[in-house]
Amino acid sequence: MEVRYQVSDIDSEGIVDAKMFREKLLSKPGRGSAGRTGTWRLYKPVIDIERCTRCGYCWLYCPDDVISWKPREYPEIDMEYCKGCGICADVCPVDAIEMVLEGE
Amino acid sequence: MMKKVLIGNVAIAEAIRLARVDVISAYPITPQTIIVEKLAEMVDSGELDAKYIRVDSEHSALAAVYGASAAGSRVFTATSSHGLLYMYEMLWWVANSRLPVVMAVVTRSLGPPWNIHTDHQDALTIRDAGWIIGFAENVQEVFDMTLQSYKISEDKRVLLPSIIALDGFILSHTAEPLELPSHEDIDGWLPPREPLPFVMKPGEGFAVGNLGPDEVTMELRWYIWRAMERAKKVIIDIDKEYEEIAGRSYGGLTEKYRVEDADYIVVGMGSWSGDMKEAIDILRDEGYKVGLLRIRYIRPLPDFDIIKYCVPAKAVLVYDRAVSMGYGGILAGEISSILRGKTPVKSVVAGLGGVDMRSEEFVDSIKRFIEEYEMDKDVEWLNTYWLLKGGDEG
Repeated sequence: MEVRYQVSDIDSEGIVDAKMFREKLLSKPGRGSAGRTGTWRLYKPVIDIERCTRCGYCWLYCPDDVISWKPREYPEIDMEYCKGCGICADVCPVDAIEMVLEGE
Repeated sequence: MMKKVLIGNVAIAEAIRLARVDVISAYPITPQTIIVEKLAEMVDSGELDAKYIRVDSEHSALAAVYGASAAGSRVFTATSSHGLLYMYEMLWWVANSRLPVVMAVVTRSLGPPWNIHTDHQDALTIRDAGWIIGFAENVQEVFDMTLQSYKISEDKRVLLPSIIALDGFILSHTAEPLELPSHEDIDGWLPPREPLPFVMKPGEGFAVGNLGPDEVTMELRWYIWRAMERAKKVIIDIDKEYEEIAGRSYGGLTEKYRVEDADYIVVGMGSWSGDMKEAIDILRDEGYKVGLLRIRYIRPLPDFDIIKYCVPAKAVLVYDRAVSMGYGGILAGEISSILRGKTPVKSVVAGLGGVDMRSEEFVDSIKRFIEEYEMDKDVEWLNTYWLLKGGDEG
């Protein structure tokens, strides 16, 4: 008896279901590859530029890598992806970051 | 080709040596078998050039080979009964990540009561996880199935993990003569693993097991489904190829024993199929037209063979060493689901917890069911029958 045999997309290296492996099963790290996580936020971090010493602690500790900073520059927070966890406010040695309820 | 007398555990270790496996991970304590002990000796003596990772649990054992397989290695681990259940979460990770991991499962009863003897309950808990699951009948098949599993799992059309289920003690700890091919026979047929389905390397960032949209989750399951469908053909092809190398093949997904012109088909899997064959011979001599359809692979389920050999029969009798409580024998359920009422199926639950079933007991029970069927085709036939020993009749 003949056994069913389904044809799939096969790439040049002979990988069956190649598109699935490349595009669905595996994911490349990239901006927004897990969606716009900024919408998860309840409290947003607000930096007080007067107090900030540009030390870079917030950049170092941010678990989502949404704070950009270079030596001697002020940090900037990408609000599209900041989840509002508050770690930056917690580690800031001069209390220059305040967590403010969204919508206020 | 060399002939040796080996127990099933050592036969698997010999197959792993011949497959030139790169990474082995194992939790070495009960319910582990000496498969991994033998492999540790081989790695220590240099006979097998592999990395051997001892871990703190079966969950970690499968997690370790998951990582090694994702990094492109050919991998192996072994477990049994409660150890397999402890791996349960990782079993799904391996299959859903499409990694060609190969694992030996020495089938043993689940407690309580504590019982180290065989039944198929442990291996059948992973029926739905996306692993290819084969049940061997004898030590030679345990060896052959292990080698074939690498070829099947790593096939570009499949890329799914495989389990070789061997009955605890009856196969794992009983010595039988078997033929062993050499590296010269195997190396050309089973070359080192290709870097498929993907290889994680330092410096090349990508993630597997990342967050995905709902639709993609479902789609990935569908891809596994299709790979399983293709695996049916691949298993048959590889079994034929293997005959050219080793001089043996088993009939692909099922073994057919005296099924031609059979009015009654007996279905079973695992080591007791040997006793069933003896019973079939005795019954044939007495004029009963019976045959055995031995299920070698329960996943993918050999639906074509089941239809081909069971539909023309008057009735089908399925012996199960595992039960789904509130339903019936698990294998009987699988067979019924394919036959969809075209042929009556009788489910017999026996041999749980390693209760022995001898060929004469198969003869007696098969005769009894044939008589019962011919007397009353509907009533008794529908119940699941429990072949109990030393207790009340089921």
